[in-house]
Amino acid sequence: MNKKAYIYVDGIKAPINGERNLLEVIRKANIDIPTFCYHSELSVYGACRMCMVDVEGQGLVASCSVVAQPDMKVKTNTAEIRELRKIAVELLLANHEQSCPTCKRSSTCKLQDLGRRLGIEKVRFKPVNKQQPLDESSNVLVRDPNKCILCGDCVRMCSEVQGIGAIDFAYRGHDVSVLPAFGKNLDKVECVYCGQCARVCPTGALTAKSHVSEVWKKLDDTKKKVIVQIAPAVRVAIGEMFGKEAGTVSTGQIVAALKMLGFDRVYDTCFTADLTVIEEGNEFIQRVTKGGAMPQFTSCCPAWVKFVEQYYPEYLDNLSTCRSPQQMFGSVARKMLPEELHVEQEDLVVVSIMPCTAKKFESRRHEFVREDIPDVDYVLTTQELGQMIKSSGIKFSNLQPESLDLPLGFKTGAGVIFGNTGGVSEAVLRFLHEKLTGNTQYSFEFHEVRGTEGIREANITIEGATYKLAVVHGLGNARTLIENIKNGSCEYDLIEVMSCPGGCIGGAGQPISFDPDARKKRTKALYEADKMLQLHKSQENPYIKKCYDTHLGEVGGEIAHKLLHTHYQSRKRIHDAEFSLMPGSKPNKQLDIRVCVGTSCYLRGSQDLLHALIMDIQNSDYEDRVDVKATFCFEKCSEGPVVRVGEKLVAQATVEKIKQEIEAQLSK
Amino acid sequence: MKQSPNNIFDNIWKPLDEPCMGKIVICTGTGCVASGSLKVLDKFVEEIKKAGFEVAQNFTEAKESEKPDSTVRLSKSGCQGFCQMGPLVTVMPDDILYTKVKPEDVAEIVQETLCNKRVIERLLYKDPVNKTPCQGQQEIVFYKRQSRFVLKMCGELDPESVEEYIERGGYDAAKKAYIDMTDEQVCKMILDSGLRGRGGGGFPTGRKWDLTRIQPGDKKYVICNGDEGDPGAFMDRSVMEGNPHSVIEGIMIAARAVGADEAYVYVRMEYPLAVKRLRKAVVDAEAKGVLGKNIFGSGKNLICHVMEGAGAFVCGEETALISSIEGKRGMPSPKPPFPAQKGLHGKPTVINNVETLATIPLIVNLGVEKFRQIGNESSPGTKTFALSGHVANTGLIEVPLGISLREIIYDIGGGVTDKNGVIGTDGFKIVQIGGPSGGCLTEQHLDIALDFDSLKKIGAMIGSGGLVVMNKHTCMVSVAHYFMQFTQNESCGKCVLCREGTKQMLHLLEDIMSGEATAQTLELLEQLARVVQKGSLCGLGKTAPNPVLSTLRHFRSEYEAHVFDKRCPAGQCKKLLVPEIDPLKCKGCTLCARKCPVDAITGERGKVHTIDPEKCIKCGACVAACKFEAVVGV
Repeated sequence: MNKKAYIYVDGIKAPINGERNLLEVIRKANIDIPTFCYHSELSVYGACRMCMVDVEGQGLVASCSVVAQPDMKVKTNTAEIRELRKIAVELLLANHEQSCPTCKRSSTCKLQDLGRRLGIEKVRFKPVNKQQPLDESSNVLVRDPNKCILCGDCVRMCSEVQGIGAIDFAYRGHDVSVLPAFGKNLDKVECVYCGQCARVCPTGALTAKSHVSEVWKKLDDTKKKVIVQIAPAVRVAIGEMFGKEAGTVSTGQIVAALKMLGFDRVYDTCFTADLTVIEEGNEFIQRVTKGGAMPQFTSCCPAWVKFVEQYYPEYLDNLSTCRSPQQMFGSVARKMLPEELHVEQEDLVVVSIMPCTAKKFESRRHEFVREDIPDVDYVLTTQELGQMIKSSGIKFSNLQPESLDLPLGFKTGAGVIFGNTGGVSEAVLRFLHEKLTGNTQYSFEFHEVRGTEGIREANITIEGATYKLAVVHGLGNARTLIENIKNGSCEYDLIEVMSCPGGCIGGAGQPISFDPDARKKRTKALYEADKMLQLHKSQENPYIKKCYDTHLGEVGGEIAHKLLHTHYQSRKRIHDAEFSLMPGSKPNKQLDIRVCVGTSCYLRGSQDLLHALIMDIQNSDYEDRVDVKATFCFEKCSEGPVVRVGEKLVAQATVEKIKQEIEAQLSK
Repeated sequence: MKQSPNNIFDNIWKPLDEPCMGKIVICTGTGCVASGSLKVLDKFVEEIKKAGFEVAQNFTEAKESEKPDSTVRLSKSGCQGFCQMGPLVTVMPDDILYTKVKPEDVAEIVQETLCNKRVIERLLYKDPVNKTPCQGQQEIVFYKRQSRFVLKMCGELDPESVEEYIERGGYDAAKKAYIDMTDEQVCKMILDSGLRGRGGGGFPTGRKWDLTRIQPGDKKYVICNGDEGDPGAFMDRSVMEGNPHSVIEGIMIAARAVGADEAYVYVRMEYPLAVKRLRKAVVDAEAKGVLGKNIFGSGKNLICHVMEGAGAFVCGEETALISSIEGKRGMPSPKPPFPAQKGLHGKPTVINNVETLATIPLIVNLGVEKFRQIGNESSPGTKTFALSGHVANTGLIEVPLGISLREIIYDIGGGVTDKNGVIGTDGFKIVQIGGPSGGCLTEQHLDIALDFDSLKKIGAMIGSGGLVVMNKHTCMVSVAHYFMQFTQNESCGKCVLCREGTKQMLHLLEDIMSGEATAQTLELLEQLARVVQKGSLCGLGKTAPNPVLSTLRHFRSEYEAHVFDKRCPAGQCKKLLVPEIDPLKCKGCTLCARKCPVDAITGERGKVHTIDPEKCIKCGACVAACKFEAVVGV
C-alpha cells in the first residue's frame, strides 16, 4: 500500500494529492500564497515572483514552478519572503497609473488587494509610468496599457485556452507591453471579443466597455419604452456582487431591481432559447433527412461565430443558420412589441443583460441592424447591471422577488440550461427525442452531455439511429476538434461550441470571482433551476406555440426564416496591414499590386508567387511604375492565392496571370 | 611538477603538408577586417603575382599546384587575438609577425621578407616596456604568457577549408567517439576530464551530458549556444569565425554522447561572418561525409542547423534560447524542468556554449590525463578572455584556469594605463569580470586563482569571459550604472523583479550620481539589489545586481562620498563636480568668459577668472576654449 505523502508548511502537515505544484498544496493547507500570474487553467509562467517560498535545502523557490516532494519543509512567511513580496508590489505600483477610485476594477483589483494585505503605506520608488493612449477602438473591450502589470495572464488565456493569440508581448526592457499584432487596435485584429482576457486580468488593464450611461439616458427619456431581456447565466451569478454565494439564483430580485431602475418590461432570453431549440432542432432534422452540410454546429455563441468566420470559412455552411437567442429575442421583440406596448419602433429600446462581452459585438453586426435600428440596442454585462443597481442604492439582497413579464418572460428548463456547456445540446436532444419518437414520457435529463471536460462526446440513439454529438467549450478545444474533423480522425452529427470555459456561466461579463469553484456552483444552480421549473422541454412552452400561431407562422417557415435565421460570411483577421516589399520602393507609383500573405493564401503558395513576381517585375521595363505590397486577406480564401492588381482581384493567381493583368492595366 | 601547457598542445594538430615555397597568413577576424586586412590581402595577391610567383588561395590549390616552388600560399585566418595591433600578417615558415600592416607595406614585405628573407623591423611589434622589437608570437609577451589551446588553430587555419581541417587531424575525435566509444564512455570521458561549461555557470559538462543521455526517448537535441552578448566579449565569435569545424566536431561528439540526431547552432544575429562560415562548414562537412547520414558507418545520423539569433541578449539564457528556436518570443521559463529533461520541443536537450564544444575534440584527442594537466584541480583546461579597458595590450587571450589576475593584467596585458594611455605604476583599481552579470575584483584579488570555485567564493564569476580593466580614474557608481543600464535595456520584461527592479536600481544610482541621494537611497538600493538577486526568474535577473552589490562591497566609501559629501572621488560624475578655474593656470585671457553662454564667468583681462557654480550649466564651452587647461570640474 502506498504511504500517504505530506509536506510541512510552516510546521503544519499538509497532504500531497497529486497537485500540479507546491503552490496548490500550500493553498489547500489554508495559506493563501499571493500570485498575479498563476491561474490553474493556464500554463505556469513564473513571472510575478509573489509565490516564492523557502524550501529547506533549496532556499527561495517559486512555488508555482516546483512539484511538492514528500517531507518537503516549507516556510511561507519569513522576513526574507515578506521583504521580497513587499518590494515586488511596490515596484509594480511605481509603474502603475494609480487612479484607483475611478478604476472599474477598484475593489476587485488584485494589485490593490495585495498592496493592502501586505500593508504597503508608501511606495518608496519613483513613479516610472508613462502615460500611454487607451485602446477603445472596439465596442466591447477597453485596453488600458497604463494599468497593465505584464503578468501575461491575458496573453496565455488568448493563446492557450482560446487558441487565438490576438495579443502578445512586444519590445524589451522598460518598453515591454502587451499589444495586438503590429501594434494595431483590437478592432483591427483577430480578437473574437470573448473577453476571457479581461476575466483573468488582475487589474483594470483589460475591461469590458460600459454602456451603462447610454442605457440611463434611455431610461430617463419618457418617450421611450425600454424593455430588457435577461440571459440564463446572469441569474446565478449577479448575487456574487452583493455578498451572496456563487450559484444563488436571484431571478426574482433581478426583475424587481430592473423595474425599480425604470425598465418597462422585463423578459427572459430563455424564452428565445426555447425558440432556438425548436428552430435549430428542426434545422438538424432537415439537414439529416434532406441532406445538408454536416455536422451541424451551434451558432449561439458570437465569439465562436467570429472564430469560424476568421479561421474556418469552409465550415460556414455547417453553422446553424439560427440566430442566437439574444438576436432572436431582438427580432421577435421588434415584431411583436410595438403593437403590444403601443410604441413606435424607434421608441422601443431593447436592452440585454448578458454574461458575455461578445454579445456587445453581436448586437452591432450588420445582419442584425435594420434601417439603422439594431434589433438589440444595448448589451449590458452582469457586472454592469450590478453596478447600476449599486449606484441606485437598491438593497438587492433585501428585494422581494417579482415575476417576469409575459409572454416573452415565460420559459422551460431547456432554455435555462443554455447557460451551461452542454446545455444547448441537451435542450435540442429533449426536442429531437420527442420529435423523432413521438414519445413524450421520457426522462428529460441527458447526463451524457454534461460535465467539464473540454471536449465531450456522446452517442445518442433515437429510434435505432445513432447521432454522434460533441460538446466543446474553449475555442482552443474547438480548433482541435475541427482539425480532427478535417483530418478525418473523427466524425460528428451535431457539435455545440461555447467559447468560454464552462459555457456562458463562465462568460467575461460575469462578476469577478476569486472563488475557484464559482463556475461549478453556477453550473449546478442552472441545472437545479431547470429541475424546479414545471416544464423542461422547449416544445412544451405554451407561449412559443402561441408566438408561432400569431407571429411566426410555421417552424422553419418563411417568416421564421426572415426573423430567426441568418447567414455568416468569411472575415478578415487583420485589417489595414500592408508591407512594402519592392527594394527602394518609391511612393506614388502608377499601379499598386497587393499580394495576400494570409494563412490560406500562404498555404496555396502566395509566398513563392510573391518572390517570383518581384523578380519578374524587377526584370521588366515597368519596374518603376508598379509597387508590390504584402497584405492580409481579401476574404476569398478558398480561391487563393489572391492578388489585387489596381482595383481588380485576381483569384488563383499565377505570375503569368498577374503579368497579363499588369500589362493590360498599364496599357490603358 | 606540471608540464608547461604549451608543450602539451604541440602534438594535437598534425603538421600541414603544403609544398609551397612560402606562406603568408593574413588575419581576417572582425577586428583586422575592420582595420583593413582585406585590402592588404588583395594587395598581396597583386604584389606576389607582380614578383613572378603564383598564388594559392586555399589548401587544395596549394596541394594541387603544379609549380610548388614558385607558388606562395596565401591564407586567411580567424582572429589571432591581438586585435589592437591589426591588420596582422604572419610570414611562414619563419613565423615573422608584422603588425598594423597597410597596403602600401605589402610590396616591401613581398620583396624583402618573402624573396630576400629579411625582416622589416619597423613592422614588428615593439615591447611597450623595453621597446625591443619582437619577431614572432614566441617573442611577444602578450602571446608568450598565454596557452592557446582552443584558439590555437584560429590563427593558423583557413576557417573556410574543410580539407585543411581534416588534413590537420580534424574530425578524428568525432570518428573515435562514433566508432570506438559507447555513448556512456564519451560522457564518462568528459566527466573525468573535469570540463566545466565555459558559458558562465561552470556546470560540469559531462554531468550535463549524462543527465541528457539517461533520459528516455528517441528524439534528443544538441544546441550550441553562440548567442554571445556581453558587451566587449568576442571569444565565441572568434572561435566560430576562426575554427568553425571545431565547433561542429564538438557538437557531433555531444550528439554521440547524448544520443541526439539533430543539432542547432544558435548564433548571435550580429555575427554574420560566423553564420556564413558555420553554414559553409556544415555543408562542407556533409559533402565530405563526416556529418549527416550514417556518420563514419556507425549507422548514426546528425542533422545540423545553423540559426541566426533573434537579436536579444536574454536569448543567451538557455530556456529563452529554446523558445526562440521554437519560433516564440525569447523569454526564459522557470526551471525545473531543466532542458536535459524537457528542452527543445519538449525533448531532452543539451545546451553547451561554443568554447565548451570547441574544447571537446581536443579532450578526446589529448586524453583525460593530459587535459587535466592544464589548469587546476577544480577547473581543468584553459579559458579564453576578452581583455579590454585600461591595459596596454587588449584583445583575445587564452590562459590556463587558475592563473592569477596579476599575470593577465601585468604580463599579458602589459600593465595598467593611465588616462593618457601610458603605462603607470599605481593605476589599477578593478577588473570587471563576467560582463554585466559579473562582479568586480580589486587589488586584494590580484593573486587569487582565476577558476570557477575561487571566484564564486568571493562573489564573482568567470561568466562568459569579459575582463575589463579599470584604472583609478574610474567611478564605481558610474560603472554599476553602466552595467545596470545594459541589463535594464536587455531585460525581457517577463518577471517583475528584473523588469521593474533594474529600472528602479538605475534610478537610485542616478540619484546617487546626481547628488540627490540620501542615506535611505543607499539602504533601498541594497535591499532592492538583494531581492532582485534572490527572487528573479532567470540568470539575467539574478545576476543583474552583481555590479551594484560588488562595487558596494568593495567601494562603499565611494558611494558614501557621493551620497553624504556630494562628491565623486574619481571626478567622473558630472553633476557632482564644482566648476572652478585653477588660479595657477589661468592667464586671464578672457576667452572662456566670452564663450560662456550664460555669463557665469567673470574676471578682468590679465587677472584670474572665476566661475559662478550657480549659473554654470556645465556645457563645457569654457573647457574647450581654455588653452591652459585651467577650467576643471565641468
